[in-house]
Amino acid sequence: MKARQKRLVFVGLAVLGVAAASTLALTALKGNISYFFSPSQVVANEAPQDHVFRIGGLVTEGTVRREGDGLTVHFDVTDNAETVKVAYTGILPDLFSEGKGVVAKGRLGPDGVFLAEEVLAKHDEEYMPPEVASTLKTTHAEGVAETAIQASEATN
Amino acid sequence: MTLNWFKFASPASFYPIAGRLIPVFWILTLLLLAIGLYWGFFETASKLGGSNPQKEYYRIIFIHVPSAWMSMWLYIVLVGWAAIGLVFNTRLSFMMANAVAPTGAIFTFLALWTGAFWGRPSWGTYWDWDPRLTSELVLFFLYIGYIALHSAIDDTRRADRASALLAIVGLIMVPVIFWSINCPDPNQCAALHQRSNLTRIDGNILFSMLTMTLAFWMYGFAATFMRLRSIILTREAENTWVQELLNARRQA
Repeated sequence: MKARQKRLVFVGLAVLGVAAASTLALTALKGNISYFFSPSQVVANEAPQDHVFRIGGLVTEGTVRREGDGLTVHFDVTDNAETVKVAYTGILPDLFSEGKGVVAKGRLGPDGVFLAEEVLAKHDEEYMPPEVASTLKTTHAEGVAETAIQASEATN
Repeated sequence: MTLNWFKFASPASFYPIAGRLIPVFWILTLLLLAIGLYWGFFETASKLGGSNPQKEYYRIIFIHVPSAWMSMWLYIVLVGWAAIGLVFNTRLSFMMANAVAPTGAIFTFLALWTGAFWGRPSWGTYWDWDPRLTSELVLFFLYIGYIALHSAIDDTRRADRASALLAIVGLIMVPVIFWSINCPDPNQCAALHQRSNLTRIDGNILFSMLTMTLAFWMYGFAATFMRLRSIILTREAENTWVQELLNARRQA
């Protein structure tokens, strides 16, 4: 074997080793990268009781309520299975709104209310001008309606 | 083994080629930057709607996404040259890896920096230890580590091999960065950073973003080749061809 081929094998093995290590690491991390806990996990007592953690989910429609001081906000965070009540005093991010994603960092109070120190808004990967976004929604709604009609016709 | 392309692997023959290519890449950079920025500022919506109602600040995407892509791509390029250098012992490959590193580091920094300024108005924070943000920061440290290790070892050939090995080991970060938000099950990579999906981006926004990416890529070539030429001159200073080049310059 020539020296160059030896080095090729050596580098190849190094790359393979790195690939194997990364696969193992990613497999081991699967499900353990808890950047945030879902409301279901919080309700199931899987979240830490004694220190700060993050919860993530959607702000339930119609639950955002401000106290008289104008700064304290109450809202529910849901993953469409369970719901956790959140209280926060401070300025909310621009994109915070009902029905949208949110990540809150704080502690769970004794009464089960999550006392947030920081509230961050999550947004999705859709980058559409308002008019296009609304058309998309309408077409989507129409599509759903059509499928429903077709389905009911099929059953009849 | 004398393949034809080994001819270009000699620093002496690539030095003038790089010199001729630099202006071409600069022209392409400026042209694409002009188109990308014009389209990004004047042909795209002033605010977004639907499920992501961001205001003017969403335009940071035209710098942020291209620099983030280039930060990962240039790392792959760096590792590619480092690996070729290790296997074939070609001097130019190591010089190429060396020349790419600072540009890659700059793009990584730019991605983190613009991300911070975008995160503040949209998410509500400059920084958070989110998987995507953290892995990109590690990539930045890898670039810095590569440059630092190389400059810490006086013997250039030893420095080349040691830092090449570090670069190869660091390649682990590229799939981690990609998977940190793009894993098949969204629940397994819950993050603050949104996932990426080019099909859900408006055509005009996508066009500016891709044009800017090409512009940054061309800039990467131009900057790398300029740096490469000075690296070649520094390392080959004792060789006759450099001396001849200097003499020709002096006479001119």
